[in-house]
Amino acid sequence: MTVTETIRFALRGVAANKLRSALTMLGILIGVAAVILLVAVGNGSAQAITSRIEALGTNTLTVTSTNRSSGTGGLTVEVADALADPVLAPGVRSVSPLASTSTTVTYEGADHEVSQFVGTRPSWFTAANSPVADGAAFTADDEAQAHRVVVIGQTVADELFTGVDPIGRQVTVGGALFTVVGVLAAKSSTGFQDANDTAVAPLSAVREVLTGYGPISSILVEAADPGEVDAVQDQISAVLAQRLPTTTGSSSAPYRIQNAAQLLQTQTETADTFTTLLGAVAAISLLVGGIGITNIMLVTVTERTREIGIRKALGARRRTVLTQFLIEATLLSLLGGALGVAAALLGSRFTIVGVRPVIVPSSVALALGVSIAIGLFFGGLPAARAARLRPIDALRYE
Amino acid sequence: MQPRTSPRRPVLDVRALTKVYGEGPAAVHALGGVSLTVDAGDYVAIMGSSGSGKSTLMNIIGCLDVPSGGSYLLDGVDVGRLADRQLALVRNRLIGFVFQAFNLIPRTSAVANVELPLAYAGVRAAQRRRRALAALDAVGLADRAGHFPNQLSGGQQQRVAVARALVTEPALVLADEPTGNLDSRSTEDILAVFDQLNAAGRTIVLITHEPEVGDRARRLIRLLDGRVRSDERQDLTGRHAAGAAR
Ligand SMILES: Nc1ncnc2c1ncn2[C@@H]1O[C@H](COP(=O)(O)OP(=O)(O)OP(=O)(O)O)[C@@H](O)[C@H]1O
Ligand SMILES: [Mg+2]
Repeated sequence: MTVTETIRFALRGVAANKLRSALTMLGILIGVAAVILLVAVGNGSAQAITSRIEALGTNTLTVTSTNRSSGTGGLTVEVADALADPVLAPGVRSVSPLASTSTTVTYEGADHEVSQFVGTRPSWFTAANSPVADGAAFTADDEAQAHRVVVIGQTVADELFTGVDPIGRQVTVGGALFTVVGVLAAKSSTGFQDANDTAVAPLSAVREVLTGYGPISSILVEAADPGEVDAVQDQISAVLAQRLPTTTGSSSAPYRIQNAAQLLQTQTETADTFTTLLGAVAAISLLVGGIGITNIMLVTVTERTREIGIRKALGARRRTVLTQFLIEATLLSLLGGALGVAAALLGSRFTIVGVRPVIVPSSVALALGVSIAIGLFFGGLPAARAARLRPIDALRYE
Repeated sequence: MQPRTSPRRPVLDVRALTKVYGEGPAAVHALGGVSLTVDAGDYVAIMGSSGSGKSTLMNIIGCLDVPSGGSYLLDGVDVGRLADRQLALVRNRLIGFVFQAFNLIPRTSAVANVELPLAYAGVRAAQRRRRALAALDAVGLADRAGHFPNQLSGGQQQRVAVARALVTEPALVLADEPTGNLDSRSTEDILAVFDQLNAAGRTIVLITHEPEVGDRARRLIRLLDGRVRSDERQDLTGRHAAGAAR
């Protein structure tokens, strides 16, 4: 019997048992698609965090207060201004004090809870790497005069202004009217927190309307050069140590200095946990798919063994029978695997739990390899065993 | 066995064949030393009560099973020495086997079932189809070619099985109760096919419980408890031309 003939027999075998073939392929499809997609989601969220670290810039430092409750040890605008000292801290390019809170923004009856309503200075836009996409940032003059103007994030713009240009509109924040002067360029999200759900206004205006004149939340320090970040960190800790001495009885300083990478370290760790979790789920689904295939194959062993007995009795050689059944198993696994990859590629075009999945090529190879191995093994093993039996024993198999 | 009166060489030569199923006290001695020879072109019927070892003997003759003891020569070749490859060739080219339980491949059409042995013989698809349809026609099932086994009656399935055994035009046709499920008319059709094959010089060995089927054969072997009880040539008065030529 020729090879093409054997392949035709295998095809006929696949077609003759449609339900079994479909179930086998479905098992492989789900296993492969789940592994590829879940790994892609994990990878996507990790990449989003990396890009956020890069977007935030590698030349910034953030100073946060560690005991915000005690008013005396808190960060103030005066402390921030002291950091912009060309003599003591020559590596500093800009200093942006931040007062941030969450508040409700209202526009013509529509309201939206902004998770990060930030009051700062114009230098923040470059330091935080958050350019304005539409309109303009507020100016130093706006800050000095405490003008009530605001630059909103993409999410806020979408929530409040559907089909309307937000520039020039007036929104109500904390009982006061703010004029929208710009919209920030959209940022990629990590999936845990919406980076676009924010609004930025002059520090003086925010303190006046929302936070009051107490301690500020944090200070964003921009170094003149990314290579100087460590030097700048030393310079500002020296200034801060002078300004905010460690209180007696407390072993640590009342503030903490972190660079961008450190800031996002925790988030990266969370993302890693997330990826591991997804990987485990994927492995389980591959296992379940494998068990499904095994089950289907085992259930049909009796019938297939009898069929092999008949074929051998009619003069089929062991090798011919084996080849046919292996081709059948390969075909089902390959087809199921290919459909699984296709499903995963299709699925990865959508955002899943706020993450754009990024396919990892090695996961495709792994998922395909494992599922095809399962299909071949459990499809081929009973066939190999049955082909070795005497025809009469195969025919009597129960 | 009358070696003197038979001018033909034996196609089957069975010597002191035994078959034991299982071991120890539960062992079943299905065959207890069967010896017989069948000449080429003969027509042999094997009868005997249920469990007397007829199917067991037939399976060994058909190279589907191996004996526990004794030897078996097919066309002068000791089958026990053949490798899987050669056995496959023997089963395919030399023997046409009709099973007691039909053994059609499920979810595969009647004609595809009949084509199988031809496929393993390497016959081309077009010719295969033609010969398979002719074989189905010979057993009166030309109009059921596309049906699946589960769409056929027991008797029809049996006739498909007969067609499958005949399609390769084997020198030796072995049939385990080929008319067990058929009415008298279908039985007559099948027997007519066997008569034709025998007239064409093919050797036929069939198992039956029906005396009228046994009467059609030239030789009747009776088994009892795994041994040959009687082996006699039959008077073939009333048989057609094939018998008269003898
Ligand atoms: N695979 C087997 N394992 C154990 N015993 C078996 C097996 N096959 C047959 N036997 C036993 O061997 C004996 C002969 O069986 P066989 O099938 O040859 O009978 P038979 O003459 O064909 O009967 P029937 O007319 O009912 O078909 C029986 O006693 C049966 O129980
Ligand atoms: Mg029997």
